[in-house]
Amino acid sequence: MALVSTMTGVSVPGARSILPERRKKPTSATTSFVMILACCSLVFLYLPLIVLMVFSFNTNDLTVFPLTGFTFSWYEKAFQNAFMMEALFNSIVVAFAAVIIANAVGIPTAFALMRWDFPGKVALQRIVLMPISLPALTLGICLLNYFTFWGVSLGLHTIMIGHGTLMSSIVVANLFARLTYFDRRIEEASADLGATPLETFWYVTLPNIRTTLIGSCMIILIVSFDELALTYFINGNTNTLPMYIWSMMRQGITPEINAIGSCVIFASMLIVGVSIYILSRKPEIR
Amino acid sequence: MSRRLRTALDFFAVFSLPALWWGGIVLGSLGVMASMSFWTQEFPTFRPDFQFGNYEELLTNNQYVVVIARSVRIALMSCLFSFLIGFPLVYFIVFKVESRAVKLLLYMGMLIPLWVSYVLRSYTWKTILGTEGVLNSALLWLGIVDEPVMFFLYNQYAMVITIGYICMPLMMLPIYSSLDKIPRSLIEASRDLGANSFHTFLNVTLRLAIPGIIAGWTLAFCLAVGDFVSPILVGGPSANMIANVVLTQYGMALNWPLGAAITVVLLVIFVILLSASNQAERVGKVNIE
Repeated sequence: MALVSTMTGVSVPGARSILPERRKKPTSATTSFVMILACCSLVFLYLPLIVLMVFSFNTNDLTVFPLTGFTFSWYEKAFQNAFMMEALFNSIVVAFAAVIIANAVGIPTAFALMRWDFPGKVALQRIVLMPISLPALTLGICLLNYFTFWGVSLGLHTIMIGHGTLMSSIVVANLFARLTYFDRRIEEASADLGATPLETFWYVTLPNIRTTLIGSCMIILIVSFDELALTYFINGNTNTLPMYIWSMMRQGITPEINAIGSCVIFASMLIVGVSIYILSRKPEIR
Repeated sequence: MSRRLRTALDFFAVFSLPALWWGGIVLGSLGVMASMSFWTQEFPTFRPDFQFGNYEELLTNNQYVVVIARSVRIALMSCLFSFLIGFPLVYFIVFKVESRAVKLLLYMGMLIPLWVSYVLRSYTWKTILGTEGVLNSALLWLGIVDEPVMFFLYNQYAMVITIGYICMPLMMLPIYSSLDKIPRSLIEASRDLGANSFHTFLNVTLRLAIPGIIAGWTLAFCLAVGDFVSPILVGGPSANMIANVVLTQYGMALNWPLGAAITVVLLVIFVILLSASNQAERVGKVNIE
């Protein structure tokens, strides 16, 4: 690797995989030191997750050692809880609404920013990225003031608007990164072959940005499912799942929260797994 | 139809609807909030006005200055904590792991906590650090202490651990991508020129990772300073951060104009911080070619 770089003067991407690996060095003191530190970090990262899951199966009402026995009753209790199920349902509705709004708003915005010059473009770019670069709390307060100003009652619809706005930023940021290296010649070829702009978008552009869009949809689902700081201000009397968990927490610690939390973790991991699977497949060529 | 008109029409066809959304909702709500920060409170409501009383209150009432200072201090400490814990792991994954599969596995492993609900991460630390919590009961059970240790929860260290934990993935991601971009040849060159591994780390690796480190600190800081969950769960009553104060103004105190003024100040601080960080990243960037 070093040799190739010196000869060509630049580092060659992928050269590492072509050339045989360097001979293995004996493990130095520094390496083992870094390794120990890294292991500590990993333990620190995973300790809370393990604690959360272990105590969701423990029979004791309190989250204390020693463990007293294995049970599924906290899970049963959680799923028989009508308020929890309602909150879960609301969260799912909000997440899908957020996906729809975010794509409807975000995709045209990314294209407009990328392909046209218009007055106020820089300002728009700033505004569009604001919801994700600032704490969600500020967006929540802005929207609360705004809805109250217009006399809009708070509820599921306002949560949808809030999440839609936040997630639109995510779509724009992701798509913008993808479009900077998009080869526009394939669109020109499509137009030269007589396709209308809509056909070109549908059959040429869209399949090429497919992975990015799927990726951002997955991120949106997970972020929306987890969102509290923004929802807190604009939910009215409607609970989403994190809001419900939050209200439970304020009443006290119960392993039921651990059970719900573990389910949320599994669901998030499932979404991540599915998205990695979808994204790792080769895009179809039309 | 002229080409220019055609382009303009295309543009409007594509962009008119989203423009309504950004202008009508994001810009509109910002405008409403900015103007509300000049309103007057008349408990329990408020009336439209134009006066600087809310801002004056913010600057002169010592309470707010103290809270802002505390929020910044705790956020910075949390960032430092998550940097100290996160950096070795990232460094290890990028430079010390040889096999691609293990690298991918560890990378995903580093990200999984990011997908776990934000509220839950805070909550779990409460259950760990509490007086009747996991850590205390484990210590009692193992016979290391005789009675529960009180000082784990409800202090700023509990908050630094919790917020630092929440921020870790955001801190590690940008650092990972900047370390990953460093050509190995540069590090080998530094070694060949006689620098020992410590100097190589300091002058080559760390120097080239600066943009990532700045980005990580910025992301983590923005998340940390806006957190209102951890102060309530693990911080106790004396650990209010600025977000909690805003919460109170919109809740119990019913002083929306003051809350709006605090948020405006926060927004201004964030915008300055973000552009400064952008600038610093650009300056810190070394062109490797």
